[in-house]
Amino acid sequence: MARYIGKRIIYMVITLALIATFTFFLMKILPGSPIASADKLSPEQRAVVEARYGLDRPLPVQYFDYMFGLLQGDLGVSINQFKGADVTDVILSRMGPSAQIGFQGMVLGTVLGILLGMVAALRQNTWVDYSSTVVAIIGISIPSFVFASMLQYSLGLKLGWFPVALWKDGFMSSVLPSIALAMFPLATAARFIRTEMIEVLGSDYITLAKAKGASGAEIAFKHAFRNALIPLITVLGPMAVAILTGSLVVEQIFAIPGIGEQFVKSIMVSDFSIIMGTTIFFSVFLILVILIVDILYGIIDPRIRLSGGKG
Amino acid sequence: MKNSKLFWLLGLVLVLSIFLAACGGGEETDGGTETPDSSETDTSNTDDGGDDSASTEGGEPDAEQVLNLVEGAEIPSMDSAIAEDSVAFNILNNVNEGLFRLNEENIAVPALAESEPEISEDGLTYTFKLRDANWSNGTPITAQDFVFAWQRALDPEVGSPYGPYMMAGTIKGAKEVSEGADPSELGVVAEDEKTLVVTLERPTPYFMSLMAFGTFYPQNEEFVTEKGDDYASNSDNLLYNGPFVLTNWDGTGLTWTMEKNEEYWDAETVTLETINVDVVKETSTALNLYQSGEKDRVGLSGEFAMQYADDPEVVKELEPTLFYLKFNQERNGEETPLANENIRKAISMAFNKQDLVDVVLANGSLPANYLVPTEFTFSEDGEDFREINGDLTGFDATKAQEFWQTGLEEIGQTEVTLELLGGDSELAGKMDAYLKEQLETNLEGLTVNLKAVPFGVRLELDEAQDYDIQNSGWGPDYQDPMTFIDLFVTGASHNLMSYSNEEFDSLVEQAKGELAQDPAARWEAMAEAERILIEEDAAIAPIYQRAVMALQKPYVNGIVSHPFGGDYSYKWAYISGKE
Repeated sequence: MARYIGKRIIYMVITLALIATFTFFLMKILPGSPIASADKLSPEQRAVVEARYGLDRPLPVQYFDYMFGLLQGDLGVSINQFKGADVTDVILSRMGPSAQIGFQGMVLGTVLGILLGMVAALRQNTWVDYSSTVVAIIGISIPSFVFASMLQYSLGLKLGWFPVALWKDGFMSSVLPSIALAMFPLATAARFIRTEMIEVLGSDYITLAKAKGASGAEIAFKHAFRNALIPLITVLGPMAVAILTGSLVVEQIFAIPGIGEQFVKSIMVSDFSIIMGTTIFFSVFLILVILIVDILYGIIDPRIRLSGGKG
Repeated sequence: MKNSKLFWLLGLVLVLSIFLAACGGGEETDGGTETPDSSETDTSNTDDGGDDSASTEGGEPDAEQVLNLVEGAEIPSMDSAIAEDSVAFNILNNVNEGLFRLNEENIAVPALAESEPEISEDGLTYTFKLRDANWSNGTPITAQDFVFAWQRALDPEVGSPYGPYMMAGTIKGAKEVSEGADPSELGVVAEDEKTLVVTLERPTPYFMSLMAFGTFYPQNEEFVTEKGDDYASNSDNLLYNGPFVLTNWDGTGLTWTMEKNEEYWDAETVTLETINVDVVKETSTALNLYQSGEKDRVGLSGEFAMQYADDPEVVKELEPTLFYLKFNQERNGEETPLANENIRKAISMAFNKQDLVDVVLANGSLPANYLVPTEFTFSEDGEDFREINGDLTGFDATKAQEFWQTGLEEIGQTEVTLELLGGDSELAGKMDAYLKEQLETNLEGLTVNLKAVPFGVRLELDEAQDYDIQNSGWGPDYQDPMTFIDLFVTGASHNLMSYSNEEFDSLVEQAKGELAQDPAARWEAMAEAERILIEEDAAIAPIYQRAVMALQKPYVNGIVSHPFGGDYSYKWAYISGKE
């Protein structure tokens, strides 16, 4: 196990280095200058400002300089979005709200999704099943920002149950954005659990359990559910990606001071250091999620061997 | 099992009700007046239609003086030396102050300066006497604070974009200092604690309005040095000397507050106690906050302007920002058809600007047949610069067709294909599509190819002079017609279309040089230059002067909008009739 994790961490570092490299050069190809008033300055004046942020040096020099800083955990300073602010500080100060709505959305979505999927499987081909399918289709096909706008308008503005937007009322402010983010995990989980449960419920050992006289609830939870959970873990990764990309827009719609909200702006204003810093942060997060998923997989299903090497 | 059925039914109903509520509500949004908050407030104060927020006269101020606003972006920097964006300049204008300030009529009046400065006969030396005023920490504001701030704005180490841009060519030695010369070479000296002497490169008739601009604000050397890299990193690491102080700003957050500054020398004029600002980037979210009563004023962008055009709470403000078509006369070293004067004249007359502003923009913008915006600069007698020349061109399809035929004969072609370079926003797309349709309909044999690109790309293409026609815009940097006119001097960094007219150049040169001390003759020269540029040469084709629309609660009074520098002043604003 330890060896497996060690190997994975080495892969992780390589992946990160590749992501950082690609992002760096792709970003430099992006047209536009990080100097907001570039259209007003003379070329000489612009050169002075560019020199201030080291943008006048040859690209390879900038690249190695950046990678070297990265090794030491230095993400540089923001060029124009938060002039002179440390990128690490920016990300740290923005992390809390993003983590909160992301976590809440994930938990809410998976829990409700599992319940929905189970009920649908146990009541296969009844109206319960069909309505759960409809919910799942809606959840998967409608993007989270549409949900966000609808929730804001209905539960926020019209009914007044929750704050319309802004991050001022503690937990209450996080409810609507969390629900908006939860829709995709909810739908995905419901779909997976339903399919798996139906398959498991049809298997021999369930028939045996029934024959032994186990109650319906016992069969559903003790025997069927645990086995149906395994495939769900594989989609935790994609779900985390969906939460993360969803947060870019959802945070903007609810005016939440999160990382995603700030990331969108940094791309529009070509703030190179913020773009790099945020991309690397997101990548680390996703790579970690994938690693955790793989480890969990081994724990839940002992048939899957992680050690690989010795065999 | 019965229970679980019931539970799911409930769950489903809940999910579906969200959709139904959202869909059903949609039809009622138009007026937006049925929400409890706004209907309550509507009744109290209905007489002011609110065409111009500055002139709205309300009743007695309420006991509670809190204004709730939204802003469209974060604050990139609150350091007046390196600020370069509208959010920062707007806050700076309300929490700080320079020698002069724009008043309710947008005239620069003495602020930290005690009175009008003493100006030497050659118009090159200005001596300002400072009034007794303090920073928010109680330290007196001295002439040295100005010297320090201005030198800092030019320091290459600080890397300010606006410092060199605003000062070079105006203040003596500014260009040299920005290129690394000793800061003491800058023509600004503190003669004593309260006397500031500024030496200029050339006479600058609009110098007083420059003194209201953020880049020229003072900074306390001791405080800035003590804070070092932390200076301006949050609201505690700043000093204030304006009507308000900034609080609750953590440097990267989406929220901040402005509170009345008790140390401000003119604090008795200020009525508002608190201004709460939140950054909301989505207009639809801002509108929901407005309708829920949490915000008192929100800007209406793009399609929202049209949707709310008839709302009684709409306020419109004309901005001195002008949009025009640049005609590139030389592309990749070769003359374009636009080098022909008649072709340019034909195009500039071949599109209906009135329809464009009414239908496509629908936000109160004005069709423009001029370069220098209306309601922007005024002579000493209060006459608008616009009154000298009036309209210099205009939509006339018949005339356009005549010019077009002549032009085509002169260049010996029957068909011309031109590229129209424009922005990639939805609004820019609609506008350029409209222009294409108009031009192709009214000018036989013309094909217009649209090229929509992001702002950064447009700048690069502009610099490379790699376009035929460009949809471009300009907002002023100081309150004088020159900020628009000298853009088109031969070789100017904004020209980039190979326009060159000796007479035009010499008029601009005169206005900047020998006529600088003679206001009337100087205005005449600038007006003549504008006439040559548009009427005679059709070097550019003006399209429209931009207006912005906002929804503002009827109990908000006295927000003053400014043509340059900070967009708004809250110094004179107050709440009346909210309860």
